[in-house]
Amino acid sequence: MLLIVDHVTEYHYDRPVRGVVQSHRLTPTRCEAQKVLDWTVSVSGGVQGGSFRDGAGDWVQSWTVAGPVTDITVHVQGRVQTFDTAGILKGNREPVPPEAWLRDTALTTPDEAVRALAASVAGQEPLSAAHALSVAVAEAISYRTGATYAQTTAAEALALGEGVCQDHAHALIAAARVAGMPARYVSGYLFTDQDEIRHEAAHAWGEIFIPGFGWIGFDPANRCCPDTRYIRLGCGLDAAEAAPIRGVSRGSGEESLSVTVAVQTQEQ
Amino acid sequence: MTTYFNEMYDGDTVRGPYARLGDWTASMPADKRLAKQAEAEALFRRIGITFAVYGEGGDPDRLIPFDMFPRVFTNSEWAKLERGIKQRARALNAFLVDVYGRGEIVRAGRIPANLVYQNEAYERAVSGFVPPKGVYSHIVGVDIVRTGPTDFYVLEDNCRTPSGVSYMLESREMMMRMFPALFRENRIAPIDHYPEVLRRTLASVAPAKCDRDPTVVILTPGHFNSAYYEHSFLADLMGVELVEGADLFVEGEFVYMRTTEGPKRVDVIYRRIDDAFIDPLCFRPDSMLGVPGLMDVYRSGGVSICSAPGAGVADDKAVYTYVPEMVRFYLGEEPILNNVPTWKCANADDLGHVLSNLGELVVKEVHGSGGYGMLVGPKSTKAQIEEFRALILADPGNYIAQPTLALSTTPTFVEEGIAPRHVDLRPYCLVGERIELVPGGLTRVALREGSLVVNSSQGGGVKDTWVLAE
Amino acid sequence: MLSRTADNLYWIARYMERAETSARLLEVGARISLLPSASGYRNDWDSLLRASGNASGYMAKYGVAEQHLIESFLFFDRDNPNSVASCITAARESGRIVRTALTTQVWDALNTAFQELRQIEAQPRETQELSRLTDWVMRHAAMVRGAIDATLLRNDGYNFLNIGYYLERADATARLMDVKYYVLLPRADYVGSGLDNDQWSMLLRALSAHRAFHWAYGGEITAAKIAHFLILNPQCPRALITCVAGMHNHLGRLAKLYGRATPAQDAVSALLAGLEAQTPETIFDEGLHEFLSRFIREAAGLGAIIHDSYLSGDML
Repeated sequence: MLLIVDHVTEYHYDRPVRGVVQSHRLTPTRCEAQKVLDWTVSVSGGVQGGSFRDGAGDWVQSWTVAGPVTDITVHVQGRVQTFDTAGILKGNREPVPPEAWLRDTALTTPDEAVRALAASVAGQEPLSAAHALSVAVAEAISYRTGATYAQTTAAEALALGEGVCQDHAHALIAAARVAGMPARYVSGYLFTDQDEIRHEAAHAWGEIFIPGFGWIGFDPANRCCPDTRYIRLGCGLDAAEAAPIRGVSRGSGEESLSVTVAVQTQEQ
Repeated sequence: MTTYFNEMYDGDTVRGPYARLGDWTASMPADKRLAKQAEAEALFRRIGITFAVYGEGGDPDRLIPFDMFPRVFTNSEWAKLERGIKQRARALNAFLVDVYGRGEIVRAGRIPANLVYQNEAYERAVSGFVPPKGVYSHIVGVDIVRTGPTDFYVLEDNCRTPSGVSYMLESREMMMRMFPALFRENRIAPIDHYPEVLRRTLASVAPAKCDRDPTVVILTPGHFNSAYYEHSFLADLMGVELVEGADLFVEGEFVYMRTTEGPKRVDVIYRRIDDAFIDPLCFRPDSMLGVPGLMDVYRSGGVSICSAPGAGVADDKAVYTYVPEMVRFYLGEEPILNNVPTWKCANADDLGHVLSNLGELVVKEVHGSGGYGMLVGPKSTKAQIEEFRALILADPGNYIAQPTLALSTTPTFVEEGIAPRHVDLRPYCLVGERIELVPGGLTRVALREGSLVVNSSQGGGVKDTWVLAE
Repeated sequence: MLSRTADNLYWIARYMERAETSARLLEVGARISLLPSASGYRNDWDSLLRASGNASGYMAKYGVAEQHLIESFLFFDRDNPNSVASCITAARESGRIVRTALTTQVWDALNTAFQELRQIEAQPRETQELSRLTDWVMRHAAMVRGAIDATLLRNDGYNFLNIGYYLERADATARLMDVKYYVLLPRADYVGSGLDNDQWSMLLRALSAHRAFHWAYGGEITAAKIAHFLILNPQCPRALITCVAGMHNHLGRLAKLYGRATPAQDAVSALLAGLEAQTPETIFDEGLHEFLSRFIREAAGLGAIIHDSYLSGDML
């Protein structure tokens, strides 16, 4: 499938800030499921900083904007040809072994509910356990926007029973780690048909390491594994680490943010 | 009763390295000694070498007690220590490059994966990164204790930012000023080139994008930090700027410092702040001490950070037990220096042994430092032992235990005259393009009679450490 | 040099000068309180407080102007950022931060002042004579100043120290005059009768310029002579023009050293040219209070430009 991405993030500061530093994970992963035809990221008034590929294969690009500044626009545009690999991440270069993805973070610290989820799949083969976990998470957290926020933990979302794709992914990877399976948070884009615009085009899901297969994506929010509708950008131990854009400003200006993401397809 | 190895006296005979100190001691009646001691203290206070005990309040301008009686090693004793320390520094750095890369030692099953990857000190932010010259830990402080003429044990490694080197240098300075004759009579290897070697070491790990004579700075948490004197002392002797986080900023691909002439690029940062505070963008967002965006510049080869973020995973007290294994795995050599036998309370068998022998053991927190959060069994009351037992049971993985070592003693000036006191040793191994060790280190002495705790925060003092040239 | 280092050097100088100003105010106050006036013993403590720049802080804390409270406030009170104790502590702390930019002698002078201050603070207040305390401050301020002049490399740091000294001193002189400006107003009833002897002598004493004035100007004392001495006479070490010329000199040296001028050089040149164009007549035409207020504002503006150009590190 050919996916066309247009992603605009606008930052506004109510008072001019003295400078902004951003770190982007905004470049599609180099893997067999996706081939980049063209891709540009621009930052208004920005100076391109250093870039590198991290231990998980993500491309990280930093930017700085010198102040005083009140408005910054980050614009991502590109076209990606996608292929179905049954959700398996193939061809991504990552030297660090999967055991590095067993630790929890503040957002994925397990509680009784998370442990119960993990226990519910005990004894199964890893692959079927992972599938079962993804289904169990989808059952446990129903999709509703506005119920949770960026700092909601996996445990809190489970207790609430409601949330968005971030909460699904956190609950999934928290439970997988309890079950001894390396797991991580993935951020990216999702193409959705006109008639089911349930989800934002900016999306998140989980990846679980299955011996013999490698890393496999699971998207509890859509009860599936990533296919040709998905574009993978980067991963981390949780949403904070995997965020496509992380930034810090110098100055006392209060930040407000508006995001529009459009993912379309073009028949060939 | 335990017998302790006395480094100066073998019965009534004076051991070789101390041979020329007998006369010196005899020439020091109490009044002269007290006068000299007062002179030393006045000098220390005048230059401002003081030490604030973290969290204790009290006098922020307290001095660490300085004992004038030097601690002496022969050239051949030192040669063995030097080989052992350098070997260890190489192995620790090989381990760090490995575990942030493919983790061969884990894949080979020589160290448990969880000990590495679930370690608090393991920084995912540097995974996949090989720093310039493959060095993560540029200053390795190895704490060594002695129990016999040829028996040395490594107590712990300090791979992050070992402190105390200013005391090593100032103690020597003080001794040379007060007792010049001693230095004429004994051929004592000099150590005053340490700052220059440190500067050269730091410059040798300049980042990939540095195409000129590198600009080195020391990054301090600020003048409220207890080690601020040392930071400022080293900056002065190396001739480099002492900066705080707010003095630095990231622009484009590089880090700059704010100067009165405008921004000036910085190539190598010898940081004396913890990983968590280095970059609010990457680690603690509430950190006011760090530099936003620093980690991205670091990873893209625009600046070097010494020691590298993440180096702490090698000096964790639980990882410590595997250092001999690292030496064998990476270097294919047998370790020259021994580890102290260590029981890991995380293991059920070890835990059982520890709990039934608390009265004889030293128990430490895995991440503790500075002599806090530890139990010295033989020196503790029943109540203290029981209190610690509860702590261990609540979180076994947080504790390790070691036998109470019979730390050697050296003669020390005390109120009544001269008496043996327990000592340890921290040499500072510098790792860059080359591995270098100046002949000496910081000897810490437990000034309280019978005490085995040498930490300055717990009543320890310092001594000048001599290595005889031959 | 790091901007923060320059900033600390600049503040060492400002704090030491400010400590001296507070001490001088104390000395003058003590003297005034010994003099009788028409309405019994004179109470000029109120104007001293205003000259110290922190009258509101004092009133908020004590509510009433009393000699022993004011003395304590100006010398010992850590809540008063302009007290001698606060200033010496702050100067020494700044010195500790930039220890490597100072010579041993300068550090010794700062540190000794601080260590002795701690001893003074530990003794009971009632045993301490005010005149000895103020002498003590003058002596240590002079020792720090002397160590700077005798031992410090004439580099950029030396210039920043001097800029701090001159700016603080100019501000102190202008504020002190402003508190007493009405004494100098040439009013009809003073014609032929001279000025209020006590008032002007207090002002000159507060600036340690009492004897110097008599050497410099003979004959009858007039408002014009005093205004000329304290504002326009480059021989007077505390005159506004001396201070501004000093800043002009040191900012000029910085521009030459760095091979680059900043808005600070323009600002100080304009301030100096403005003073040089004045005469006592033009000042009294503008109104002494108006002139002094404008000077205080312009000096503060210059301070802000120096901050932005060199000390904040944010210049582009």
